[in-house]
Amino acid sequence: MPELTMPTTRQRPLDPPDEITALRQQAAIHRMTYADGHQGWLVTGHAAARAVLASPCFSNRPEHAHPPIPSARMELATRPERLRVPPGFFLRMDPPDHTRFRRLLTGQFTVRRMKTLEPRIAEITEACLDAMEAAGPPVDLVQEFALPIPSLVICELLGVPYEEREQFQAGTKVLASLESKADDAVAALGEISAYLYGLVGRKREKPADDLLSGLIESGELSDEELTGVGVLLLIAGHETTANMLGLGTYALLTNPDQLAAMRDDPSVVDNGVEELLRHLTIIHLGPIRTALEDVEIEGVTIRAGESVTIHLPAANRDAARFTDAERLDVTRPAGGHLTFGHGIHQCLGQQLARAEMRIAYPALLRRLPGLRLAVTPEEVPMRSDMSIYGVHRLPVTW
Amino acid sequence: MEIKADTTVCIGAGMCALTVPKVFDQSEDEGTVVLLQDDVPQELEDAVRRAVTLCPSGALSVS
Ligand code: SF4
Repeated sequence: MPELTMPTTRQRPLDPPDEITALRQQAAIHRMTYADGHQGWLVTGHAAARAVLASPCFSNRPEHAHPPIPSARMELATRPERLRVPPGFFLRMDPPDHTRFRRLLTGQFTVRRMKTLEPRIAEITEACLDAMEAAGPPVDLVQEFALPIPSLVICELLGVPYEEREQFQAGTKVLASLESKADDAVAALGEISAYLYGLVGRKREKPADDLLSGLIESGELSDEELTGVGVLLLIAGHETTANMLGLGTYALLTNPDQLAAMRDDPSVVDNGVEELLRHLTIIHLGPIRTALEDVEIEGVTIRAGESVTIHLPAANRDAARFTDAERLDVTRPAGGHLTFGHGIHQCLGQQLARAEMRIAYPALLRRLPGLRLAVTPEEVPMRSDMSIYGVHRLPVTW
Repeated sequence: MEIKADTTVCIGAGMCALTVPKVFDQSEDEGTVVLLQDDVPQELEDAVRRAVTLCPSGALSVS
């Protein structure tokens, strides 16, 4: 019987657990015991991760998946209300259901569309920096900068009035925490859904120039489906980029030569953002896929019904794919990382996330050239307990 | 070098348009790949090959 369970304790805040690195150096795929006793797999290699994520033999539907690590929310995975994918929550659908939603939304997130948003993102960034300067120093960079920028941007894009954010921000936090009790998570999702359902109703009455109104106008989705799409985009838009901005700033502040390169050389920024995405890989405990039929990945046969956890931080440090993979080097060409996933579920909002980071990092570093941590690096609380990695708080001064 | 793009497979992630904007664009309504030229000039061949490997859906191929 295999004894491996998923290692989650990090010895250094920016690196995957040492046990994971050791596993990756041995093989790309490993037998692993899941929290409910299921005998599944752990993928640590870059090529194997891509192969699983691109294969139509694997499902992303929640009823097939086993939980890789224990959490207070584990019982949720087996509850009937959890096994049902809410209408519109297409992240957890397979084709052809997934295809219908994805198609409706891709036109809203094209490279060109994101370019037209850039001036607005720059304005939002400058306004947050003004507020941060007025408030500090010292300030918590998460509260003043990393969270409000993506939050304001996704609210504006979706058409959610930012003044109403208190009605869902607490909920997104509960959902992202591995410590949350099952009942609290169900309640939080219920509250966010209820809020968005109401908003969809208001938009039907009074459409505006935003994504939700546009989707309503297309006439293809029911109010329940629109709510599910809205919930998914709102949660995804809040937690991911916010943690990249927070953790990315921590990484730069603790690597001053890299910070200087990002600040002083505009030609470094695009690559630098890719490299931070690769090196930090904030999706640190998944994704999970489950085989619908027997399938061979790199010489290993995965049987129908077996769950596979893809360790993205490990895959992004694979020496077979990236030279000197353990080093943070903002000048390297880091394209090809798996931080946004791969295959049909690859992040829909990735071009928006890129635009936000390409604007926000240099704006911050140039506005506050003396930016530094207000505590020691060891005192910064890391989000090991959340499904999206990052810093809980980042006290800074300048 | 000739490119083929299968829009029925494309998921509109935009990696191609980001990597080689001279060759790839995305349609306004569906966000799926649009080929701006299917015969690739030699100096863009490497970039196009990179775009093919970066495409998450396998919609692109070259011959
Ligand atoms: S990279 Fe692939 S999936 Fe994305 S838009 Fe281009 S062809 Fe479509």
